[in-house]
Amino acid sequence: MGAEKGEMFARVPDKVYDRLQKSRVGIAGAGGLGSNIAVMLARTGISSLVLVDFDKVEESNLNRQQYTLDQIGLDKVEALATNLKKINPGITLTLSREKITEENCHILFKDCQIVCEALDAADQKAGLINGILTKCPGTKIISGSGMAGYGDANEIRTVKKMSRLYLCGDEKSDFEKVEGMLAPRVTLCAAHQANQVIRLLMEEA
Amino acid sequence: MKVNGTYMELTKRMTVGGLLEEQGYNRLRVAVEKNGEIIPKAEYDSAFLSEADELEIVSFVGGG
Repeated sequence: MGAEKGEMFARVPDKVYDRLQKSRVGIAGAGGLGSNIAVMLARTGISSLVLVDFDKVEESNLNRQQYTLDQIGLDKVEALATNLKKINPGITLTLSREKITEENCHILFKDCQIVCEALDAADQKAGLINGILTKCPGTKIISGSGMAGYGDANEIRTVKKMSRLYLCGDEKSDFEKVEGMLAPRVTLCAAHQANQVIRLLMEEA
Repeated sequence: MKVNGTYMELTKRMTVGGLLEEQGYNRLRVAVEKNGEIIPKAEYDSAFLSEADELEIVSFVGGG
């Protein structure tokens, strides 16, 4: 199953590529966390991503999100799809512009083995996580929580919190309290999430 | 009972919702697992706690 392994993935181990080529992962939010997670998974050879976000690209996103100046005003999921296909044309993408809620998340992320929570507001994060954990019995969720500012990079970590919930971040740097959403810590947190996706998929292999 | 790995005495009849309030959690920003099972938000005020319960309360902060 999956595409033949091309030269692009020469540095991706066969067992990782083969496993990712059988996997479908959901990304809830295509902002600082989501757009970076998507790029990292596309580069690693993920077969299929479900991207959900209702926002459009704004100039203020460019300090940390995987978009370019010429994409301002476009739907984020459309712009991200274009960028991902430029990196890895073999990737299968399912796009949605719906607002993610506790009530619709099991429909939006149907058939995803893992969902990455990459939303902005804490209550939206909690809603999605509660929705996935109560309505999708087999799905694991990897959440980003605490990455504002320019505090110690080493405080960003991955912790297993519940049987199907993993948390990445420092668990304290709320963007309402700590000034700034900057590329390094946001990308660090996204990298923790993307790496945890790979680890969980390899555990299941 | 145990809350986030720490022993806590259950001194009165209390629900998950009551505990969240007493401990200062914002119920809109948490997920709660009791004995390995997620508690739906709609059940916070009807799920009573017992001395043998193990709770995991995870609180989320904004930014993404």
